[in-house]
Amino acid sequence: MKPFTYTRADDITSAVSEVSQQEGAKVIAGGTNLLDLMKIDVMQPRHLIDITRLALNTIEETAQGGLLLGALVTNADTAYHEQVEQRYPLLSHAILAGATAQLRNKATDGGNLLQRTRCYYFYDTHTACNKREPGTGCSAIHGYNRIHAILGHSEHCIATHPSDMAVALAALEARIHVTGPRGERTIPIADFHRLPGDTPEKDTNLADDEIITSIELPSKGFAQHYTYLKNRDRASYAFALVSVAAGLDMEGDTIQEARIALGGVAHKPWRNPEAEALLIGKRASRENFQPVADAYVQKAKGFEHNSFKIELACRSIVRALMQAAKIDQ
Amino acid sequence: MTKISVTVNGTAQTHEVEPRQLLVYYLREKLGLTGTHIGCDTSSCGACTVHMDGMAVKSCSILAVQADGCEITTIEGLAKGDQLHPVQEGFKECHGLQCGFCTPGMIMSATDLLQNNPDPTEEDIRHALEGNICRCTGYHNIVRSIQWAAEKMKTSARALDGAPVSTSPVYASVNLNQQQQV
Amino acid sequence: MVTKQIGKPQNRVDGRDKVTGRARYAAEFSATDLAYGVVVSSAIAKGKIKEMDTSEALRVEGVLDIFTSENRPKLASYDSSFQDEDAPPGSPFRPLFNRDILFNMQPIALVVAETYELARYAASLVKVEYETEEHVTNFEAERTNAYEPEEYKSTPPPDPWGKPETALKEAEHRISEVYSHPSQHHNPMEMHASTAIWEGDGRITVYDKIQGVLNSQEYIMGVFGLAKEDVRVLSPFVGGAFGSGLRPQYQLFMAVMATLELKRSVRVVLTRPQMFSFGHRPKTVQQLSLGASADGTLEAVVHHAFAETSRFEDYSEDVIIWPGVLYKCENVKLSHKLVGLDVYTPLDMRAPGGTTGIFALECAIDELSYKVGMDPVEFRLKNYSVKDQNVNKPFSSKELQECYRQGAELFGWKNRNPQPRSMREGHNLIGWGVANGAWEATQKPSGAKAVLTKEGKLTVSSATADIGTGTYTIMSQIAAECMGLPIENVEFKLGDSSLPQSPLEGGSWTASTVGSAVKLVCEKLGEKLLELAQESDDSPFKEVSIEEVEFTDGQMRLKEDTSVAIPLTQLLKENQKDSVQVEAESKPADEQENYSPYSHSVVFVEVNVDEDLGTIKVTRVVSAVAGGRILNPKTAWSQILGGVVWGIGMALEEYSVMDHQYGRFINHDLAEYHVPVNADVHDVEVIFVDEEDQIVNPLGVKGLGEIGIVSVAPAIANAVYHATGKRVRDLPITLDKVM
Repeated sequence: MKPFTYTRADDITSAVSEVSQQEGAKVIAGGTNLLDLMKIDVMQPRHLIDITRLALNTIEETAQGGLLLGALVTNADTAYHEQVEQRYPLLSHAILAGATAQLRNKATDGGNLLQRTRCYYFYDTHTACNKREPGTGCSAIHGYNRIHAILGHSEHCIATHPSDMAVALAALEARIHVTGPRGERTIPIADFHRLPGDTPEKDTNLADDEIITSIELPSKGFAQHYTYLKNRDRASYAFALVSVAAGLDMEGDTIQEARIALGGVAHKPWRNPEAEALLIGKRASRENFQPVADAYVQKAKGFEHNSFKIELACRSIVRALMQAAKIDQ
Repeated sequence: MTKISVTVNGTAQTHEVEPRQLLVYYLREKLGLTGTHIGCDTSSCGACTVHMDGMAVKSCSILAVQADGCEITTIEGLAKGDQLHPVQEGFKECHGLQCGFCTPGMIMSATDLLQNNPDPTEEDIRHALEGNICRCTGYHNIVRSIQWAAEKMKTSARALDGAPVSTSPVYASVNLNQQQQV
Repeated sequence: MVTKQIGKPQNRVDGRDKVTGRARYAAEFSATDLAYGVVVSSAIAKGKIKEMDTSEALRVEGVLDIFTSENRPKLASYDSSFQDEDAPPGSPFRPLFNRDILFNMQPIALVVAETYELARYAASLVKVEYETEEHVTNFEAERTNAYEPEEYKSTPPPDPWGKPETALKEAEHRISEVYSHPSQHHNPMEMHASTAIWEGDGRITVYDKIQGVLNSQEYIMGVFGLAKEDVRVLSPFVGGAFGSGLRPQYQLFMAVMATLELKRSVRVVLTRPQMFSFGHRPKTVQQLSLGASADGTLEAVVHHAFAETSRFEDYSEDVIIWPGVLYKCENVKLSHKLVGLDVYTPLDMRAPGGTTGIFALECAIDELSYKVGMDPVEFRLKNYSVKDQNVNKPFSSKELQECYRQGAELFGWKNRNPQPRSMREGHNLIGWGVANGAWEATQKPSGAKAVLTKEGKLTVSSATADIGTGTYTIMSQIAAECMGLPIENVEFKLGDSSLPQSPLEGGSWTASTVGSAVKLVCEKLGEKLLELAQESDDSPFKEVSIEEVEFTDGQMRLKEDTSVAIPLTQLLKENQKDSVQVEAESKPADEQENYSPYSHSVVFVEVNVDEDLGTIKVTRVVSAVAGGRILNPKTAWSQILGGVVWGIGMALEEYSVMDHQYGRFINHDLAEYHVPVNADVHDVEVIFVDEEDQIVNPLGVKGLGEIGIVSVAPAIANAVYHATGKRVRDLPITLDKVM
């Protein structure tokens, strides 16, 4: 690990000013991903600002009837929070499908969104990777790409975003509140993560000098009809090959609104509002779900080792919707 | 160098550390508490699990400076003198270990689980311990060890409450089941 | 009361140390002024180091030295000095020997510094320029150049017998398929580590992760030209190994080299990625053709194996001997060829060859049973063998039929509908599969020492290892029973090169090998105690022979008249002895030569396969084992359970992915190299059938380290077929292959 200096921020203003003024500065919270990447020199901050003791660790009701998750609330505290469990069980389930108890005890909600990809090549500094070292090339395209993207990838990068939590947040249409030297702003989750394009080194639209302060959950939690389905290579503690966060708003067996977000298939949680709209006013049934699933993967393109994800995504969407609608055998 | 003060296994410690020193190296190299093992160094195996302010965390994924002001419990701090913690006893009685390398981390995770869920099902245990990899035992006896400990902790809790305590502890049957296989 | 220890479910004698964190592994011994070494690994698979610039790294304050091929000390010059007890034929890899790069992640420098953090940082500052040559790591592409080695490390393929080609052609039913598995890594939880302690005057003590301290000691002596008395190697606890610690790995070389050069204690621990740089289960492709007559008689077996090896050593394992061990067949042809790649030499990994060969054979047998239209169990029993046809010798014992009987009953096999896809529950297709297997039950020569003190404490010792298997415990039990002492009064010592010689712990032979030595040394101790008693003229033991006495309850007494007894403590005190000491060396009996000794197992498996999503859950396993005498049901049960879960890993998860662009294993960590987790395991039942074997060794024990894994992967693959109707012949069976 490269040497770095360390300070502990006392308030958000000083944290912002430090991160914007000191070269190579980076914020650390749970650190569960950042430190791993620092150990292997994938990330090399020169200065760490520890924000874990800032007062951003509460979960509060919003005036709009939603919940505001402080950026420093741990994943464990979020998943087991009574309000989250009751009103946003989709979020609880997604969080608990990821990482492990020890990591969830430490990892924060803000940090979860900022996880880096788990692409093998990104992790191995002796290989080419445009995300780690722009311009060196993408080893995954012609390498082992079983865990890689089938949607939204570019010739520069086919990495996926590893978070489960973010997939649920995408389905819930969470809003990310951030602050920086230019003041505060709110980024809809759909715009928070980016597609790789020709700048895969940028995972998100958060500026380098901005800090996430909270995640806002709108009032609609799909607590009656939801599912988080995660397919992976072992029963627990593995990243998703394909995951689906699904929420349905139903009246009787008729769907009023549908949200479907996919994980493990793209550089960001994948939504397709047009495909979701196919379900409005439709009866919940396998026959009606299939065209939606087909629409989601219509533009998918696989590589040598991951083409199976296209069919898997399709089947997973159908399964998730069946489960959410409670018509699964 | 940054000065930190931490309480480790009940003892206050103050040291100057490099910011890049991970908590696990601080515990092992500075304090000589080598019972906390390193099985991967990249938060994947759980061998380095300790309690930080009462919660199980992976000490390879925390900087020592981040632990400033915190209370740390390692495997060495779990027993009270010669009296093993019920989870330690369970692992010993139910053969929840072979090479023993994952054991301290496994025990620290298990004690955290039982704090939150004193009566876990087999399924609960198998999922709660997802962050601890064991390559020897096949996990089965680890599950039994934790069930044994849960039973013992309930029994002693009942005893403390003044409720009658069974003279033949329930955990004996856990062991017997195992022997029937043989 | 007779002190019965053997066969008792004794808790591990090292249990307390392990649950309290007191058990120390190789990286946990300290020394004054301990320095820390970090290994720099090559970034390419083949070529030369053109230039290595260590100047920036050396400028880091606290860096003590950097060792490379340019400044390393003089080393031995002959291959034989580098050849260890487990070395395959060939020319062993020599760390830092020259600028040549033979495989990716080859160790090319050691950075030694005052702290681990400094060493790791400085290692990242070493700049290397390479002259890259084209590497070959693509097994399939190189298979056309497969060759038969001049010398096999394993049993050379037996000559064909009968008329295999004709028999195959004429058989009523035939199958001919290709089975394969990828490279896999041992990944014990403890990463390889060595702490070398400078004792002054050129003497060192080394704590090493190794499956046999003598192997490390000899290696150090050979490579660095040290005398035996100047090197002591200790390894009291090993955090799992599964074969990875059979050969001295390069962290040992590095730690010792730096210690000798710096005259200062040095610790070197490999990183998890570096655990993928020194040996693995080789990728193996097997072509199997089987033929059967209409009534289900196995008429022909043609089994060809192709397995990977390095460019510098010919590693081979027993892949193709299993048809001759497991089935009766008149016409058999076997071959085993190697595919040389630019990788490190493969290395024995739990049941080397056995898991590989039995996987292919048992899947093929299952396929053939379906062709014949017989139940897979019935088909196997019809072709049951009573002798090992490879060597034409009877088995020393074989209770495999009893395994079938008890296993099938517990599993409920008779309720199976043979039709694939005949059982389902919701989305899940349910399948039942079976496979049987074997593993050699070897005894090797071993020494042991016993010391009995006047306080009645017995210490028995041998330079063997306990890699988690339970050696400490079962040896204490054997000694306690032989000498009639409570187990609390017995201590077993191991993992120290100053103790009597013993082979590497591997091959499932430790219980039989060291156990026999412990039994023998205790018998000698008994004889010596009797002689001691006979020294006094009025001893009631004066005229008796050793056969007439027994040791029990801390006493020596007459079998015929148990009132004639003397406590051992009293015996020593009366003869003014502080202690009595004996040493012994046990060897396999000549009679063993006439037999083929194997343990056997049958594994029944139930899987649930999600029909749409392809996820596979191993819901039930029954493993029935004929493993001779069971010394300790607790340790034995755990060994088999662990083996079953290894089998689950092999069948469904484990895969070291070789990226051919780089010639490098690319998923080199525990996040992406998947080993089974707790939630992958469901019901597992273990049965040990009674098996008496008076030939295999004096204890009648067969060893259980490998027999637990061998039949599991094929049973799972067969169950997946029964569930889905799909034969997956290429491991691991991941969801994409069945959905």
